[in-house]
Amino acid sequence: MPQFTDLLFFAFAGMALLFGFLTVANPVSRNPVTSAMFLVLTIISLAGLYLLLHAFFLAAVQVLVYAGAVMVLFLFVIMLLDIKEEERRRLKTFTVGVGSVAVAALLGILTVSALSAKPGSPAGQTRLAIGDTAELGKVLFNHWLLPFEILSVLLLVAMVGVILLSKKDLK
Amino acid sequence: MNVGLQHYLIVSGLLFSLGLLGVVVRRNLLVIFMGLELMLNAANLSLVAFSRYNANLDGQVMVFFIITVAAAEVAVGLALIVALYRKRQTAHVEDLTTLKL
Repeated sequence: MPQFTDLLFFAFAGMALLFGFLTVANPVSRNPVTSAMFLVLTIISLAGLYLLLHAFFLAAVQVLVYAGAVMVLFLFVIMLLDIKEEERRRLKTFTVGVGSVAVAALLGILTVSALSAKPGSPAGQTRLAIGDTAELGKVLFNHWLLPFEILSVLLLVAMVGVILLSKKDLK
Repeated sequence: MNVGLQHYLIVSGLLFSLGLLGVVVRRNLLVIFMGLELMLNAANLSLVAFSRYNANLDGQVMVFFIITVAAAEVAVGLALIVALYRKRQTAHVEDLTTLKL
């Protein structure tokens, strides 16, 4: 008798993989907007998997930052560039064949190493309050405070760089 | 059958392969970028799974950092694509062969 959470895992994992496949290799449409929409669905399914792993804060951040901010940026740029050419071009069979073989080989390696991983056991609530957002905040602001601050500088650098890159007369 | 660490790792590996397939096979810069995002998300999933099954929150902090860096990376990358499109009027990798000998 499988547990309810196990059923949820298979549902979310199946959705993530299906939508991920439709993101990169949609047999019906090669429009980037379609890919972006399926990427949003993939990301939301991954947020579901994070919930099953008791990473509640990360699930919220995943939806807010990825499905929200990042994907809006993607769609904005797609609309801005007005890409229609993609539909007309044919993919080269040779490229697709070689790429698929290479990816399948990598997948084989990943699967073998995943199967040899030590199973571990999910932490009970008593041992460590995994998933407790307050715990995560304590770890983040005690042990990881310096990387956190450096990250804010990185965001500032990225922001200035983007403004510079978006200037009309890029020198 | 109980869902364990290995299940999550295999899902993560499959997602990573899908992202890599997108990067290798597709020829549109934006879709290639989406493949990159997929690969980052796959790595995040395995980190969260390791964090849960080893009872250590450092993995989640790592994922938090990765999400932030990915947001910055997307902003810069898309700005680069827009600047490139302005100069060359294309977002196809096959048209961008200026550095080819």
